[in-house]
Amino acid sequence: MKFALFTGCVAKGATRELMLSTTKAAEGLGFEFIEMKSASCCGAGVVSEKSPLLADALNARSFSIAEKQGLDIVTICSTCQGTLKKTEAHLNEDKEYKEKVNDILEEGGHQYNGKTRIKHFANILATEEGMARLKSRIKRPLTGLKVAAFYGCYVLRPSERSDFENPDNPTGMEDIFAALGATPVYYPSRVKCCGFPIVMMNKDASLGMSGNALQDAIEHGADVVATGCPLCHLSLDSYQPEIELLQKKNQSIPILHLPQLVALALGYTPTQLGMDSHIVSTLKINQILSGSSASAH
Amino acid sequence: MATFRIKRFNPEKQPEPYFEEFELDIPDGATLLDCMNEIKWTLDGSLSYRMSCRSAICGSCAVKANGHALLACQRQGEHLLDNDDTITLEPLGNMKPIKDLAVDFTPFWDKINKVKPYLEPKDEPPAKERHQSPEEFLLIDDSSTCIMCGACYSDCNTLEVDDNFLGPAALAKAQRFVGDSRDSKTLQRVQDLSESGGIWDCTHCGECVERCPKPARPFDRIKEIMTVALEKGVHNNNGARHALSFTNSVKRSGNLNENRIPVESMGFFNIPGLLSLIPIGLRMLLKGKVPPIIHHSIEEVDDVKRIFKELDQ
Repeated sequence: MKFALFTGCVAKGATRELMLSTTKAAEGLGFEFIEMKSASCCGAGVVSEKSPLLADALNARSFSIAEKQGLDIVTICSTCQGTLKKTEAHLNEDKEYKEKVNDILEEGGHQYNGKTRIKHFANILATEEGMARLKSRIKRPLTGLKVAAFYGCYVLRPSERSDFENPDNPTGMEDIFAALGATPVYYPSRVKCCGFPIVMMNKDASLGMSGNALQDAIEHGADVVATGCPLCHLSLDSYQPEIELLQKKNQSIPILHLPQLVALALGYTPTQLGMDSHIVSTLKINQILSGSSASAH
Repeated sequence: MATFRIKRFNPEKQPEPYFEEFELDIPDGATLLDCMNEIKWTLDGSLSYRMSCRSAICGSCAVKANGHALLACQRQGEHLLDNDDTITLEPLGNMKPIKDLAVDFTPFWDKINKVKPYLEPKDEPPAKERHQSPEEFLLIDDSSTCIMCGACYSDCNTLEVDDNFLGPAALAKAQRFVGDSRDSKTLQRVQDLSESGGIWDCTHCGECVERCPKPARPFDRIKEIMTVALEKGVHNNNGARHALSFTNSVKRSGNLNENRIPVESMGFFNIPGLLSLIPIGLRMLLKGKVPPIIHHSIEEVDDVKRIFKELDQ
């Protein structure tokens, strides 16, 4: 299976381990991901604050790039996914608007025809075919690891643009964890906001949100949180030492990118997946996994 | 037989809320509100909640069902049953319960009032009505549909951690006047709305859009106010600086320069703001997580620049 990979900016910047682990996960799963090197930033719902038309034109240009290759787009960031789907909806719901955007693209040799589907990495896996492929390639089941999903708002809301069934109470990520041999942990905050979008404007509120979510995951017995969004990862991992709620109780919890978790089960080592570059140590995961494999032997 | 697990609260009898279960055969086609009425009328007359029109117009009967706010009269009871044939009912969030499912709306109304939800016209009243073109009316049509049910306020993720936030309903109402062609105070309004607790404290979670029973979709309205604020030059705050820095970065290179955006969002003269970036910056540096110092452009960035130019951005 071949996809155009829309990397997003953060996977090439502050969370390069996401890019690294995506490459490994794709390799292990036998997916061919072709990086879209001329696609621009999705705008993250921020460029559209300045100009909705500008944001849509830039994203329509990216769709056109994948269309020319005859490929569907795979995203590895909930924010990219939601933002691209928003543009797609704007273009498909209003023919005149689509023509206006295509007029803007024309000089650059681009045109949007609506042929390319946009799927988050999780939604490629959470299909019958994806699950079958995943299960057949697992080399090291994640037995004994209790994993809490953190979805990232943009892949769930608005629900009419979400690929997850029942976005208020989704199970797609948890189904993937179970297929990997891990134990999914269900907790209310898994569908909430990590607070990242306002960390520059209202840091206390932002860290309050991430703190509540992590506390919730810990209280429900999670060993690790796995997310499909690098912005959530920044909030939950990189800012974790500043989250007072956890510091007061002397708690911490490692945060993985979804492709890291998948690639671990496919047999790659934590170092190959950049897990040593996280702010919160991920060593606990290795200990749990080696403990369970030792007891299995 | 369905189980209704209802959060009960009566501070006159006991200080802590508790759950009570009621068994009810949901009549064919009954709304959740019909079920609540049935419970009140036949099983426990002391159950308290607000209701009036039963037609999704008055906005009185919003409650949380299975953890999410909705209008009880707008949804079928059958459709809300979980795998155990149970519906869990709780009062709306982010407001204090008064009794059972009724909450105190005082902060909600205070915030609505704070955004001056009335027209401040440009001139003396004309002899007849003030005209708007259909296009002008469309700009405020969606926000006009708000029925003040509080469902968005209940599930707002920012309000859960910061009660200073005006919240989705008040901001959607604000857009009703920011976007009104007959109003004279647009600049003043967007300046006020750019203060702490205003538009830039919205965390983009989309909960309000999901819970809104009408086309008001508060988050979409908040973004419209942001665009007006930026157009009107209200740039002296972190939210506006963030949006401008972000957009300029895409304009220059086609992607985001993550090293620049925190500094530009804080503002070069905002010393406490800049100092607050040091801990995270150092942590990232020590772990080799700092984005590449030399920022690379995407391939074919000239085409992106052309699009910016064509749109006068």
